[in-house]
Amino acid sequence: MSRTSAAAGKALTSSRSLVGNHFELFGLQPAFALDVEALERAYREIQSRVHPDRFADAGAAERRASLQWTTRVNEAYRSLKHPVQRASHILALHGVDVAFETDTAMPQDFLVQQLELREALEEAKDASALAALQEKLAGQKQQLAHEIGEAIDRRKDYAGAAGLVRKLQFLEKLHAEIDQAYEAIE
Amino acid sequence: MALLQISEPGMSPAPHEHRLAVGIDLGTTNSLVATVRSGAATVLPDAQGRPLLPSIVRYLAGGKTEVGYPAQARQAEDPNNTIVSVKRFMGRGVKDVDHVQNAPYDFVDAPGMLQLRTVAGVKSPVEVSAEILRVLRERAELALGGALDGAVITVPAYFDEAQRQATKDAGRIAGLNVLRLLNEPTAAAIAYGLDNASEGIFAVYDLGGGTFDLSILKLSKGVFEVVATSGDSMLGGDDFDQRVFCWIVEQAKLAPLSPRDMRLLLVRAREAKEYLTVHGEASITAKLSTSELVELTLDTETFCRITQTLVQKTLGPVRKAIRDAGLAVKDIEGVVMVGGATRMPQIQRAVAEFFKRDPLNNLDPDKVVALGAAMQANVLAGNKPQGDDWLLLDVIPLSLGVETMGGLVEKIIPRNTTIPAGRAQEFTTFKDGQTGMSFHVVQGERELVSDCRSLARFELKGIPPMAAGAARVRVTYQVDADGLLSVSARESTTGAEASVTVKPSYGIADADIERMLRDSFSHAREDVHARALAEARVDGQRLLEATRSALAADESLLSPEERSSIGASMAGLEKALAGIDHRRIKQAVDALNHATEPFAERRMDAGIRRALAGKKIGSL
Repeated sequence: MSRTSAAAGKALTSSRSLVGNHFELFGLQPAFALDVEALERAYREIQSRVHPDRFADAGAAERRASLQWTTRVNEAYRSLKHPVQRASHILALHGVDVAFETDTAMPQDFLVQQLELREALEEAKDASALAALQEKLAGQKQQLAHEIGEAIDRRKDYAGAAGLVRKLQFLEKLHAEIDQAYEAIE
Repeated sequence: MALLQISEPGMSPAPHEHRLAVGIDLGTTNSLVATVRSGAATVLPDAQGRPLLPSIVRYLAGGKTEVGYPAQARQAEDPNNTIVSVKRFMGRGVKDVDHVQNAPYDFVDAPGMLQLRTVAGVKSPVEVSAEILRVLRERAELALGGALDGAVITVPAYFDEAQRQATKDAGRIAGLNVLRLLNEPTAAAIAYGLDNASEGIFAVYDLGGGTFDLSILKLSKGVFEVVATSGDSMLGGDDFDQRVFCWIVEQAKLAPLSPRDMRLLLVRAREAKEYLTVHGEASITAKLSTSELVELTLDTETFCRITQTLVQKTLGPVRKAIRDAGLAVKDIEGVVMVGGATRMPQIQRAVAEFFKRDPLNNLDPDKVVALGAAMQANVLAGNKPQGDDWLLLDVIPLSLGVETMGGLVEKIIPRNTTIPAGRAQEFTTFKDGQTGMSFHVVQGERELVSDCRSLARFELKGIPPMAAGAARVRVTYQVDADGLLSVSARESTTGAEASVTVKPSYGIADADIERMLRDSFSHAREDVHARALAEARVDGQRLLEATRSALAADESLLSPEERSSIGASMAGLEKALAGIDHRRIKQAVDALNHATEPFAERRMDAGIRRALAGKKIGSL
C-alpha cells in the first residue's frame, strides 16, 4: 500500500461534511447577531431527542439515523457559535464565497497592524505578555465582529462583508498562535 | 422475554422493562462494577465483601487464570506471568512503554499493539483486560440474578481512538454488550452532579493509577456538557511508585535486579507511597533473592522532592484545557478530585494552590467513576423515563487528521469537538483508470505525521475506472458517541460505493477478535452456540420491542405498504426467534433493521419538529 494519500489521490476541496441551512435547523432567522440563548435552547431540545444516548438500546436503523442527525446538529451548532463560520455560512446562503484560500489580499493598514501584533508575539516571553497581547487582539476581534454585523444585518452588503470575514479569520489564526506560544513556555 | 427477567425467589418481580445494566471502571490499578438498584447507584462487592478488584491477571500453566487478589498475592513470585497495570499497554506498541527495562515481562517484538509471552501463550493486552471484565461480569450476574443486558465501560478522557477501540474489543471478548465507552471524568461529574444537584462550571482532576485527565464541564439542569478536556495517558500513581523505586535502588546501591526483586520493590514502593498519605515517614524493608536486606526510611519531604516534577506535569494539561475552554481560572466554580492518586497531600496542595480554592473530595475517589458509569448505563438501558434522565455531551480529546503531501497533517476534526462528529473530503484520481486510493489517518496536534499517533491506514477500492481527475471520491469520517472512527467512501459522479479496508496501526484484526472470543468461551467452558443463540435472542427481542414501541408512537408516519412491509419483517423475526438457529435470527434482525430504515429517518425528523414546536420554522 502506498504511503501517503498524496500519492494516491489529490484533495479537491475540503468541504464541511454537512450542508443545509444551519439557522433553519434550529428554527432561527439567519442573522450575524446571534440569540445565543435561543440557539442553546433549540440545540439542547433537539439533542435530547436525537442523541445516540436515546437510542443505545434501539435497532441498527434508528442508531444510524440518530448518529447522522446528531453529527449534523453538532456541526451546525459549532458553526453558528463561531463568528467566522457563522458569517461565512450566511454569505454562502447568499451565494457569496469568502474565499479564504484564494483571496489573500489585505488592505495595507491592516497588514501593518498584523505585522506589529506578530512581532509582539515573537517578543512575548512570559504569560503576562501573552495575556496583554490576547487582550489587545480581543478588542480588535470585537470591533471587526461589530463591523461584520453592520455589513450583513443592516446594510445587506454581503460582498463587502467577505473582506471583513477574511480579516477576522486572520485574527483567529493569530489567536491560535498565541495559544501555542502558551504551550511552548509551559 | 424470559431472558430479561429477574426472578429471585421471595422478591416481588422486577418491573417488566427493567434491564440489567452495569457501569464498569476498568482501572489501571483497580477495577469496579456498579449498578443502580432501587434508584441508587451502588458498587457490587465480591463474595468476601471487597468492592475493588485489583487489575492483575496471572496466567498459569494449563490455561487457568487468577484475577484480582489471588494474582496480586503471587505477583512477586511469578512476575513474568502476572500482568499488572495492563491498561497502560492498551492500543500501544512496545516502543511506547516507559521504563520498559523495569517491566518484568517477556514482550513479543512485533509491529502493532504489544503482546506478552506467558506460560499460557502469547496474550494481547485486550485479552488480559477481558479477563478482568469477565470476572466483573460474573460478579454482577451473580449479584443481579441474570445475564446482563448491557454495560458502560469507562476510559480515560485522553485515551486515543486505538486505546478506546481496544477497550471496546475487550468488553466484547468478555461477553459484554458495551452500551457506551464513557470518559472517566465525565462519569465522575455525573455521580457528583446528581449527588449534589450542582450547576455551573466544574473541573474534574482525575489522577488514576496510570492516566491523568482534566475535563471542564458545564453543568446545567439535565445537561452535562464537556467544554474541553486534556490530559496525559501515560501519567499516574504508577509513576510515583516508579520514582520511589528508583530512589530505593539508588539509596541501597543495588545491582541490576531480577524480575522478582524488581516487582517486590515496586510493591514496597507503592506501600510506602500510600503510607505517606497519612504519616510523616515510611519504613521500607525487603529481603531480596540475593539475601540482601533493604532497610530504608522515606520521609514526606524526600517523597515530595522526588515526585515534584510529576505533580507539576499535571498542571500543563490543566492550563491547556482552561485555555481551550476559553475560560480563566476564576471561572471554575468547583474542582472535583477523582482517582486514588489524588489522596496524596502534595497533589491536593498543588490543585488548591492552582485553582485558589479547596478541591472537592466528598465522594470516594476510588468509586465515583464506577457509580457515574452505573447511572449512565441505567439511562442508556432505558430504565429511566424520559424527562427524568439527562443529556451528556462529550468531546473528542485529540484532533483527527489525514496525511497529506510531504508528511504533513491536515486536521479533519479538531480536538474538543462535540461528538458524534463528522467530516467529508473530496478527492480525485491522478491517473487514468485509477480504481484505488490509500489514506493514513492520525491523531494528535502536531503538524508532522511523524509527531502524531498513527491510527490506521485505509484503502479504497472499486472506484469506477475513469480519466484522471474525472472521478470524485467523497470520503466521510465519522466519530461516534464512543469516540470511535469509521470511514466510508463514495464516488460522487456514479454513486458507486467504494469499499474501505482499514488497517489499524495498533488495533486487532476482526479475525483475531473472533479467535479470542472462541478462546474465552472454551476457557470459561461455555457452549459457544448456546451463547450465540442467547445473544441473538436478546438482540431480536429487543429489536421487536423497540419496533413495537416506535410503531405505537409514530405509526402515522408510514404508508400502508410500508407498514405492512415492516409487519412482515416483524413476523419473520418472531418466527426465527421461536427456532434455535442463531444465524437465522441474525438474518431476520438485519431484515427488520433494513425495513425500518426510512421509518427511523422520519421519526428522527419528527423528533426535531417536535423539539422546535411553537417556534417559527421553515421546512426542515
